[in-house]
Amino acid sequence: MTEARLFLLQRASAMVLAPLVLVHLGLILYAVRDGLSAAEIIARTQGSLGWAAFYGLFVLAAAVHAPIGLRAVLREWTGWRGLGLDIAVLILGGVLLVLGLRAVWAVVA
Amino acid sequence: MDETPAKDTANDTGHLRVAIWRGGAEGAYWAYDVPQRANQTVLDVVTWVQRHLEPTLAYRFACRVGVCGSCAMTVNGRPRWTCRTHVANVAEGGKLTLGPLANLPVVRDLVTDMVPFFDKWQAAGGRFQGKRTRDDTVAVLKPPALDTDEPANQCINCGVCNAACGVLRRRADYLGPAALNRAWELVGDPRHADRQGLLQATMADGGCHACHSHGSCTEHCPVGLRPSASIAGLKRWTLAGLLRGYAI
Repeated sequence: MTEARLFLLQRASAMVLAPLVLVHLGLILYAVRDGLSAAEIIARTQGSLGWAAFYGLFVLAAAVHAPIGLRAVLREWTGWRGLGLDIAVLILGGVLLVLGLRAVWAVVA
Repeated sequence: MDETPAKDTANDTGHLRVAIWRGGAEGAYWAYDVPQRANQTVLDVVTWVQRHLEPTLAYRFACRVGVCGSCAMTVNGRPRWTCRTHVANVAEGGKLTLGPLANLPVVRDLVTDMVPFFDKWQAAGGRFQGKRTRDDTVAVLKPPALDTDEPANQCINCGVCNAACGVLRRRADYLGPAALNRAWELVGDPRHADRQGLLQATMADGGCHACHSHGSCTEHCPVGLRPSASIAGLKRWTLAGLLRGYAI
């Protein structure tokens, strides 16, 4: 994959993430202000296709966005290049995806 | 050479303490005492040091009026044209620190090797390739001749933007603002034939996407150009090319 494609993917995932992060932060403020307990939150999210889709997309976009950004930072700051770095950030993306989707599953299933 | 020149009572307004880089990649700042004068440029100071104190001091200049782009140096930490920089505007407490331009190999003292600078121009696809032969008529260009929205073609290759670039400091394989600005100029030139070459050169590793958009190049450009806007233009243009399905 060329640098330009990675650039495109990172910008596209950032455009997806921007509104999701804002809603996510607003949601945290809302939940804390109203003093919702964990059980009350779970009760609202369980079985909700909407929240599953929202956070599923969030996790997917983050798993694309973060490894590309980290790869660029590492290339520039450490000089680490090549296949080793690409594999390392792919693993990071995979870990983010698995952990994130597992968390989404835990609150909506 | 007169080691102790007569005091110019009409113009001397004090003394400058000037530190100038001596040596190549390895070297040190040497201190000189230079008379301060009215309407004195930094280039005047360097010339005075060479003529009166240090005949072996190496520096580069030609026009002295901000046209040729050869006298750029690091003045008190910032890359500048020395010929168009008044001492009164930059001397801090009567002190000047002068070094060679950053992000280029130092030949000696204040002279940098510009070969990597121009190699980057070539690597960015900056060589003009016409579509016409000598048998064709001259291309008629009506203003605005360039499609780009910035006067990128006013660059005089002084190297100040590259010296100011934080990305180039980190990675030497980045094409840099000057070369990418040149590429953007050619993108907007309807006479240029090799647009595919430009596309591939500017979107390769170390191309326009390596830019962080800090805008230091634009901040320092003595001509007032906006290389960061040119690079942003290249990013838009290359992504449009990518989305149109060029094989890259």
